[in-house]
Amino acid sequence: MSEEIQTEYETEGVEKKFMFLNRKAPYGTIYALEMLETVLISAAFDQDVTLVFMDDGVYQLKKGCDTKAVNMKNFSATYKALGDYDISRLFVEKESMDARGLTIDDLVEVIFEDEDDDWAEKPAVHVKSRDEIARLMEEQDVIISA
Amino acid sequence: MLHLVNKSPFERGAFESCLNMARKGSAILLIEDGVYAALKNTPFEDKVSAAVKDIRICVLGPDLAARGVDQVIEGVEVVDYGGFVDLTVDHTPVQSWL
Repeated sequence: MSEEIQTEYETEGVEKKFMFLNRKAPYGTIYALEMLETVLISAAFDQDVTLVFMDDGVYQLKKGCDTKAVNMKNFSATYKALGDYDISRLFVEKESMDARGLTIDDLVEVIFEDEDDDWAEKPAVHVKSRDEIARLMEEQDVIISA
Repeated sequence: MLHLVNKSPFERGAFESCLNMARKGSAILLIEDGVYAALKNTPFEDKVSAAVKDIRICVLGPDLAARGVDQVIEGVEVVDYGGFVDLTVDHTPVQSWL
């Protein structure tokens, strides 16, 4: 038996479509923060990243969070920084927004620079229908959900 | 008695179970993700508006602020941590709807 165990893999240049599906409210549990950490790691590896916010996950992008009195880290600003990590797609499900009386004006602004359009600054947060998100989901290589 | 709800009404049935059980003269305090039940323009608004006539419904201010929300249904009281303590002193027993 002289079979060698492969310990190194050629992964350079491998790009997969990752969808991060956020379904939980931000500060009641640790899921939202942990997901954000995972998103930042995936961005460092130059993957094709889409974030989706549905159900109570839409509350993660709510503007004006002030966590001083509950003594927790405020990670709202980190969503705003996602554009600097070349993350250009944060999709928010319309049906979940409607059920909670929210509009896009209630959400934080995330801006990215579009390299295919002379680095023009563009908004990364978009409202999408349930149907659009469902179709997008089927196109992914990997879906990470919390 | 005092009912404590700390889960989102969209995610679990705890808040609605609590509303169904809460009797006249009792109090409900919404904390953590439970605070979303105190907000206007949700499917729960009508039930809450009706309930505040008989039940004192309170919501913890620091948890509202942390979530960036402040559009509280009329008749729902915003309390601070001191108010939380007062509620537990004034109402016994306490039921946590986990």
